[in-house]
Amino acid sequence: MNPVNYLYLAALLFTIGASGVLIRRNAIVVFMCIELMLNACNLTLVTFSRMHGNLDGQILAFFTMVVAAAEVVVGLAIIVSLFRSRHSASVDDASLMKL
Amino acid sequence: MENLIALLVAAPLLGAAVLLCGGRRLDRSGHWIGTLLAAASFVIGAVLFTDMLGKGADDRALHQKLFSWIPVEGFQADVAFQLDQLSMTFVLLITGVGTLIHIYSIGYMEHDERRRRFFGFLNLFLAAMLLLVLADNYLLLYAGWEGVGLASYLLIGFWQHKPSAATAAKKAFLVNRVGDIGLSIAIMLMFTTFGTFAFGPVLGATGDASEGKLTAIGLMLLLAACGKSAQVPLQSWLGDAMEGPTPVSALIHAATMVTAGVYLIVRSGVIFNAAPDAQLVVAIVGAVTLLFGAIVGCAKDDIKKALAGSTMSQIGYMVLAAGLGPIGYVFAIMHLVTHGFFKAGLFLGAGSVMHGMNDEVDMRRYGGLRTYMPVTFVTFGLGYLAIIGFPGLSGFFSKDKIIEAAFAKGGTEGWILGSVALLGAAITAFYMTRVMLMTFFGQKRWQPDAEGREPHPHESPKSMTIPMIVLAFGSVFAGGFFSIGDRFLHWLEPVTGHDHGDAPISATTVTAATMVVLVIGVAVAWSVYGRKPVPAVAPRGSLLTRAARRDLLQDDFNHVVLVRGGEHLTRSLVYVDHTLVDGVVNGTAASMGGLSGRLRKLQNGYARTYAVSMFGGTAVLIAATLLMRAV
Amino acid sequence: MTSALAAAASATSTGEAVQFWLLGTVAVIGAFSTILMKRAVHSALSLAATMIVLAVFYLANGAYFLGIVQIVVYTGAIMMLFLFVVMLVGVTAADSLKETIKGQRWLAAGCGLGFGVLLIAGIGQASLRSFNGLGAANALHGGNVEGLANLIFTRYVFAFEITGALLITATVGAMLLTHRERTERAKTQRELSQERVRSGQVPPLPAPGVYARHNAVDIAGLLPDGTPSELTVMQTLRRRGQIRDVSDEALADLKALEQRSGERLGRAPADRAEASEGGAPKNHAEEGEEVAK
Repeated sequence: MNPVNYLYLAALLFTIGASGVLIRRNAIVVFMCIELMLNACNLTLVTFSRMHGNLDGQILAFFTMVVAAAEVVVGLAIIVSLFRSRHSASVDDASLMKL
Repeated sequence: MENLIALLVAAPLLGAAVLLCGGRRLDRSGHWIGTLLAAASFVIGAVLFTDMLGKGADDRALHQKLFSWIPVEGFQADVAFQLDQLSMTFVLLITGVGTLIHIYSIGYMEHDERRRRFFGFLNLFLAAMLLLVLADNYLLLYAGWEGVGLASYLLIGFWQHKPSAATAAKKAFLVNRVGDIGLSIAIMLMFTTFGTFAFGPVLGATGDASEGKLTAIGLMLLLAACGKSAQVPLQSWLGDAMEGPTPVSALIHAATMVTAGVYLIVRSGVIFNAAPDAQLVVAIVGAVTLLFGAIVGCAKDDIKKALAGSTMSQIGYMVLAAGLGPIGYVFAIMHLVTHGFFKAGLFLGAGSVMHGMNDEVDMRRYGGLRTYMPVTFVTFGLGYLAIIGFPGLSGFFSKDKIIEAAFAKGGTEGWILGSVALLGAAITAFYMTRVMLMTFFGQKRWQPDAEGREPHPHESPKSMTIPMIVLAFGSVFAGGFFSIGDRFLHWLEPVTGHDHGDAPISATTVTAATMVVLVIGVAVAWSVYGRKPVPAVAPRGSLLTRAARRDLLQDDFNHVVLVRGGEHLTRSLVYVDHTLVDGVVNGTAASMGGLSGRLRKLQNGYARTYAVSMFGGTAVLIAATLLMRAV
Repeated sequence: MTSALAAAASATSTGEAVQFWLLGTVAVIGAFSTILMKRAVHSALSLAATMIVLAVFYLANGAYFLGIVQIVVYTGAIMMLFLFVVMLVGVTAADSLKETIKGQRWLAAGCGLGFGVLLIAGIGQASLRSFNGLGAANALHGGNVEGLANLIFTRYVFAFEITGALLITATVGAMLLTHRERTERAKTQRELSQERVRSGQVPPLPAPGVYARHNAVDIAGLLPDGTPSELTVMQTLRRRGQIRDVSDEALADLKALEQRSGERLGRAPADRAEASEGGAPKNHAEEGEEVAK
């Protein structure tokens, strides 16, 4: 089997995650989709690492995880405070940017 | 001696200032002050004249520089005067006739409560006209030119409580503005061509300028002259100007204002000599106006308007003469002077008749006045004989010379111009005889005025008859005095130059022809107005008569062509502005607004919509990258 | 074992192929479930499944450390955090998948399709036939973890430190975001009791549940007149609107009971009409439902 298939899989997962961001209204699910996209990227990085016989890709994936963790913490905190003030976790409800 | 020149202008100017600023305390003495200062100006003119006669023909010109008006490098304008034979002639005419009209006005305006102001305006008129003829450069001349326009506006509209007078004043002012634009353009052209406005340098340097430029300057000067001298096509104001008091009409027609145009053309003769096309146009304008005024004069029943048509016609003679070049300049001025005498006399006579007839102006309500107003009859009659060119009187000499000069122009032009002048003489004889017959002969056709007062014709007071008598002397003798021994020719020749031309027919023939047409004109007038009673109500008349009653449709022409045309032009411009210009501007704004309104809908505030655009943008980026790779 | 793993890292065996196709399918199904499930909990669980599959793929790709970290940190910690928040926000609330923004779904589908096709085309275009494998790299420092450690603490030490700072900042930020400043003095017990008496709502509150048939916390207790009292349900559920109204059922049950007893006692139907509760309580119930909505 060609390891390139991992890349195809990652591309597929990324696209699915991105589409999820676009079609879901629940902020938590949107957030999960973002995590899915990040994970797809990580898979790419790990595959590249293997292809090049180089550990740098894994280091990058590691950092991605750290950043994702930090992002999740802050993002979920934002969702919680949003829910507190609006009693809703829908991203469409927070449409104050509209004219 | 030259220091006295400024006083010529200063005296009436001082009178105007004193009378207009002096207030009511001068009401009882104002007319005397005005008359005295006008007379003072005349006396100064006479002193300068005797002094000038004592000198040789070539060093008679005097110059006086009063002060530097606009002392700018490359734009030197001075308040400086030049008194030569031409100016001297005008000074004597203006101050002499002007003073007589002042004296006449004392009686004529006796019952007008604004008499002081009237005399102030008269003095202002004299001052402006003197400034015009004494200026030694075109810029100062322009100042006097505008001053004349202002004074004429004030005087024509003196009875401003009458709407017709106010309108007439406005009309005169506006039509004059058109001519003034011509003068200002001519001055600008002169400055760009010669770099100066002074008569000496400008007229001395005409040889250096191209003929095209000189033609342009000449035509602009002609436009200016048309405005002031009421020549076709700017003649329409003159008839309406009769709304002013009669002395004003006399002043405008005899001594000031309308003569300014002739002065300007003769003064700028060198330019016209170098631009034959412009000169020919001048002659044509004069010829057309000559007939135009004469025809209008035939149809008018208003005595003053008939005289106004006559003035237009006579000024046409002068302009025609001025357009003949050196052949005619002298005769233009000579006719101007003699015309000044008899036209002033005629107007003062008309004023005297109106004075006795409750200000009635319709000649069809006069008739048989000769026994009631003998002095007026005699003086008016002498003026009449002079203007039609009765042998031996002033008009005979001056007009005859112009007709001769027109023939002497040579070629086809000479024949045409000469024939027109002859025809004009016949018509002049006709309409003046008509005025004379309708006013002083025939049956009484008097009618009570609007308030029901029966007219009681009576002779006017001495203050009015004396000027008339003096002017009648001028009408009788001036022409002969000037012509016999060619006195006037020798007097003016150093300034204007003279050329005999080559007359195709002898002077005697011309004189004989003039006599024949004169007799024909008088005979026709007598057969129509003398032999049978004049109807009190004007008959319908022929098409030409009706047109002439309406000033040959000049106002209609102006209305249709200028007013309507201007309105249509403005309306179409407004339409273009509204649809095209505003359409572009508003359309841009509206399309921008619409576009923004549509684009605004993209900004719906939903984070997901923005995410779609980000995602789509990323896809486009990938596509672009792949495309670049593929290429 | 080590040598086997090293071999797996440098070459692809048939076993790995089988594993890829099996688990890859699971991963894609999990991803689709994540975005298509109505309930956030299901989405989270699907995502967790996908992540575990990815962890296995990491291991298969020779990234042993990352594979374990994926399971421990992602699936273990982050997904739990997600679940906590889901619980907080409402575990039973099902999202409507009906699209409200006009054209959004089509645009999303178009963009997703174009993006995916382009991405896959790009990958297919790239010449990635040969690959080196991680055997040598992992062996250099005596193992994958050692190799990573060697890189992290040498070449990437600054980045590592900065991610530490980032985590601290994120922690503080999360606390700051969720913290609520008390703007007034906390009331003492005495003040609270006085307030309660003044408000007319004398404690204790009516107990939730109806006739002891429903003792679930999301069912409002009935007042003596039969109307549900929302006060009896906890605040969080009230906010979410997750109050079940069973007063209708209770009344229906009561009615049925009375009917049965009436039949048994042989009462006239006319009395039954009198016995029925009439419209008033029902109306109340409807109102309650509307409030809940």
